[in-house]
Amino acid sequence: MAEAETKTELLSRSIFKRNPIALLILGICSALATTGQMTTAFVMSICVTLVVAFSSMAISMVRNRIPGSVRIGLQIIVIATLVILVDQILKAFFFDLSKQLSIYVGLIITNCIVMGRAEGYAMANPPLASFVDGIGNGLGYGFILMSVAFVRELLGSGSVFGVEILPLTTDGGWYLRNGVLLLPASAFFLIALIIWILRTADPGQQED
Amino acid sequence: MAEEESLARPFYTVLILAFVCSALVAGAAVGLRPRQEANRDIDRQKNILYAAGLYDPAKSIPEMFAPIETRVVELATGEFVPEEIIRPENYRQLKAALSEDMGRALNKEEDLARVRRQEKYSLVYLVKNGEEIQQIVLPVRGKGLWSTMYAYVALDGDLATIRGVSFYQHGETPGLGGEVENPRWQGEWRGKKVYNEQGGFSLKFAKGEAATTEPAKSYEIDGLSGATLTTKGVDNLMEFWFGDHGFKPLFARLKNSKPSKG
Repeated sequence: MAEAETKTELLSRSIFKRNPIALLILGICSALATTGQMTTAFVMSICVTLVVAFSSMAISMVRNRIPGSVRIGLQIIVIATLVILVDQILKAFFFDLSKQLSIYVGLIITNCIVMGRAEGYAMANPPLASFVDGIGNGLGYGFILMSVAFVRELLGSGSVFGVEILPLTTDGGWYLRNGVLLLPASAFFLIALIIWILRTADPGQQED
Repeated sequence: MAEEESLARPFYTVLILAFVCSALVAGAAVGLRPRQEANRDIDRQKNILYAAGLYDPAKSIPEMFAPIETRVVELATGEFVPEEIIRPENYRQLKAALSEDMGRALNKEEDLARVRRQEKYSLVYLVKNGEEIQQIVLPVRGKGLWSTMYAYVALDGDLATIRGVSFYQHGETPGLGGEVENPRWQGEWRGKKVYNEQGGFSLKFAKGEAATTEPAKSYEIDGLSGATLTTKGVDNLMEFWFGDHGFKPLFARLKNSKPSKG
């Protein structure tokens, strides 16, 4: 990553060109768990974006002082602290959402994207660039999450952001819900489809 | 890492960082606690109102909750405990279950709901019209597949018919057992009878579709599909809390005292 990158490039490259989920295949676990509804996917995306951005920035600020032998442990401490802060703030101000997301917010700590960016980018780059890189990766993660959640919620529950679009047969409507899309594993198929589309559109992403 | 690293450096770097981070976390936890507790209280009241079918999203929750009477009841005898002895607003039921003098350990045969320890006193919420009890809302809990599930069950004044239910905390599998919080499923509870004519526990959770013909219809609720063990847990916790170790003594007492109140 020696080439000079403008901040906008840094921000946008993680959405299509170097998407953390689609190209790096990181953070799949939470992409399965939180994409049943668009609202949870949306809040999860925001939480992850904030955590990646600020943890990357914080780690980048102290990167020259971190001894190599304990760097992973220190990164985890910073990330864990931020995750707890996010969780506490959600509990204080967005109680209903925090009830739905509480388990997943805790799992941000183990979200590979956060550590991946800390170790792979923030340890070698200045704070501002790391921050922008974090935001970019969060947005890339959010983009995939929202796309998957859109399909899963629309075809699985007949709604978008909880607003009914296709009236379900169980509620007396005409739409027979697709039960597979309610299950977390269905996100695998959708993510695979997105990866296929992205790699067809941009052959540079293909692996040999 | 070609540069020399003294042995002590990793230690104090970790220490300093750990200290800064713990200060941040502790600060947030302490600073935000009043707000979080207020949220939890409001959430609890909301769930009670929801179970009782009195919840209206347009109105303020504390206002709607104001007419509901909170009482402490001694489970073994079914006697109401006077406010001077235990103040309802300060009583922490789950803490009491764990304490030596306010709670007791359950043995294997008793412990249908698999809660291990039960409190001797429970909060109950009365929705009254003058002196007459219209609804009584009871806190219940029990183990599902992974987690302890917490709920409020509202009964009609006849102390047998379910008015509503609200599962408000659980850690069951999202989409399967997690459907205990599905409003449509909770809606099915309405009008079902916990006790049959002889006063025995009669609520059932059906596999597949619940019965649509009387008399079974009044006692059967659809089991959650794909969540046999969670459903079993719900069944057990209902049987426990509506049995002799739960609220049955209270119901017996309320029924006996009813004629005198006219």
